[in-house]
Amino acid sequence: MASNNYPTPMLDVLEDGPWPSFITGIKNLRDNHPDERIQNVTNGLLGQLEHSYETKMGYWKGGTISVFGYGGGIIPRFSEVGDKFPESREFHTLRVQPPAGNFYDSAMLRQLADSWEKWGSGLQTFHGQTGNIMFIGSDSKSFQHFFDEINDYGWDLGGAGPCVRTAMSCIGGARCEMSNCNEQAIHRHLVNSFTDDVHRPALPYKFKFKVSGCPNDCQNAIERADMAVIGTWRDHKAINQDEWKAFVAEKGRDYVIDNVITRCTSGSLSLGDDDSLIADETNCVRSMHCMNVVPKAIHPGEDKGVTILMGGKRTLKIGDLMGIVIVPFMKLENDDDYEQIIELAEEVIDFWAENGLEHERCGEMIERIGLVNFLEGIGVDPDPNMIHQPRNVSYVRMDGWDEAAEEWFDRKREEKMAS
Amino acid sequence: MAAPQMREPIETGAPDGFQYMHPAMRRNFGTWAYHEDVQPGVMVHVAKYGSDKVWTIKAGTQRILDVFTLRKLMDIADEKGDGFIQFTIRSNIQFFVDSEEKVLPLVAALEDAGFPVGGTRNSVASISHTQGWLHCDIPGTDASGVVKAMMDELLPYWRGWDMPNRVHLTTSCCQINCGGQGDIAINVQHTKPPKIDHSLVGNVCERPSVVARCPVAAIRPAMVDGKPSLEVDEKKCICCGACYPPCPPMQINDYEYTQLAIWIGGNHSNARGKPTFQRLVAAGVPNNPPRWPEATAIVKKILDVYKDSARDWERINEWVERIGWPRFFELTGLPFTKYHIDNWRGARANLNSSTHIRF
Repeated sequence: MASNNYPTPMLDVLEDGPWPSFITGIKNLRDNHPDERIQNVTNGLLGQLEHSYETKMGYWKGGTISVFGYGGGIIPRFSEVGDKFPESREFHTLRVQPPAGNFYDSAMLRQLADSWEKWGSGLQTFHGQTGNIMFIGSDSKSFQHFFDEINDYGWDLGGAGPCVRTAMSCIGGARCEMSNCNEQAIHRHLVNSFTDDVHRPALPYKFKFKVSGCPNDCQNAIERADMAVIGTWRDHKAINQDEWKAFVAEKGRDYVIDNVITRCTSGSLSLGDDDSLIADETNCVRSMHCMNVVPKAIHPGEDKGVTILMGGKRTLKIGDLMGIVIVPFMKLENDDDYEQIIELAEEVIDFWAENGLEHERCGEMIERIGLVNFLEGIGVDPDPNMIHQPRNVSYVRMDGWDEAAEEWFDRKREEKMAS
Repeated sequence: MAAPQMREPIETGAPDGFQYMHPAMRRNFGTWAYHEDVQPGVMVHVAKYGSDKVWTIKAGTQRILDVFTLRKLMDIADEKGDGFIQFTIRSNIQFFVDSEEKVLPLVAALEDAGFPVGGTRNSVASISHTQGWLHCDIPGTDASGVVKAMMDELLPYWRGWDMPNRVHLTTSCCQINCGGQGDIAINVQHTKPPKIDHSLVGNVCERPSVVARCPVAAIRPAMVDGKPSLEVDEKKCICCGACYPPCPPMQINDYEYTQLAIWIGGNHSNARGKPTFQRLVAAGVPNNPPRWPEATAIVKKILDVYKDSARDWERINEWVERIGWPRFFELTGLPFTKYHIDNWRGARANLNSSTHIRF
């Protein structure tokens, strides 16, 4: 077999150095895997990759394939240089949805590896930028068998194309003291309410849910998700003054003033003469800094919930957009609460499916039609937490002002009566 | 002939994560008290109720995992750990154990097997990346190779706690930027309009969709050599490559003109300031496999200047906001050019309309 290996002089250079080498891993499959099929396909892959390194060009093209019953979830790859490297002529990727937070036990990963080795190339990634487990390298004969096998023990394909995509969530309450919500429950309630929209692409473009348990937003939800759900709290943060004073004693007042007190985003902290932490809670914007510096002493409050932002996305087509606050605070404790967040997601996806242009993300639609039209479309009332500041251009038609003001006062009265 | 019997899919969606969590994490879900950083790559989380503690050991991998490597990692998880792991958003693997005695043997086993332990707190985390030449249909460069070459050089930054705050790196192989926002992003930048194979466009591309995809309306339908095709107004074209995915005969990749650009200050967190997008700092960087030394040199320069000049807890965007962009270009020795001045929609917000100037 060795004599038939494609030469890889440029890739060989990537075996040097201390960081783990993907080239060494692929070569190991080529040289040492007992299955000749895997030896061959990895040999072809290395040959084509070396060719890319030499010519500085990519040689994969897409197509349309899926498993029986689904319309998406597989990224088809056919080689444009298949005549030169016929062993890896077809090299499709299956996107598989991980659990929220990307948790696994070793037995399950071994089981997945065994299935993949039986049908595919033996290469996989945890995880792609879409949040999926990516099983890279199957051919037309094998992908259905692999899917059937892993689907039988609990794994389903993720989204690809214009559809609801695989969701992503941070490690969350499983191992983080800053978590304000049940990321596991939110993730599954949302994305699993849209399995039809995940598997059968029929939306204007992609739609992503991401869940972060606190405003540190480790999932980049505001920057990347069409619907970002971020844990927060609305009562006072919890301060353990004994732990705080121990921190001041250890670090000294100067350090604490320079690194915690004066660094508070909204200037809402001060240091008492007795070294206690004094917090102006009405001006805390939940910017996490004091908690990140002193996680032993300061924690989120008890009245936990989520803030929901919508419309985040990356560059294509009109440039990067951050999500916008749509729901400043929502409790997520009982079935009714979860029903409410699912209904909101349904409203948004329905409205966008009807009004979005082809290949237009939800955030781009909001940019095109304006936030107010979007809010009216999904039935959400305006809230000053949605804006950075009010408009600064006087060119606006405002003959509905009196009604709008009355609605505001009515809502405020209702809120007061409810509380 | 009867159609073959096909199996109906079971539409389960995302599986239940609790079944794969370490039992101590399941027991204490949502009720952790605090954490401490024990050493680079190791932290301990302490439960609010009872006496549970969970140690996390974080290691770097090559992301494109072969089954041999995956099984090696699982062997370590079973022999030295408790058999429970998790992957971070940047494809690092985290092992969880519930007793302190297991920590150092687990760290040693990972290091012995070539998986460097680190990447926590104020270190440089591994580079979140895309597929590149290994699998993508529109890549201008490789991703796994760039990351391998760069992390070889950045290993001391990964292992140490020497940075002012955490640094997230990303790479992207086209200007769509799947790699996302990062404190430092190394992204492909095309510099010439697409080369069009007019003999193929009519058959391969849905022309109205391609016209609609262009961010600057530079594409229009045209007849070329008697065949329906598309033409590009090259003066308007911003060379973004958005037309290439829906229409591969509009080839944007080029062995010479596809280059790299470096962006800084993307920050996803709401900690201190609001989240920020990354900003262009350098372009014209050669796309130079197999080790991309020019890009790595610029990244290291920026990291070293940041390390020397930033205050504790300042992320790169906050540091530059404090010292000002003129000083950033001075400290890094990078040229400031007309290309740094924004002219996209909303550009005014990126221009200085004040007399706030540092002399």
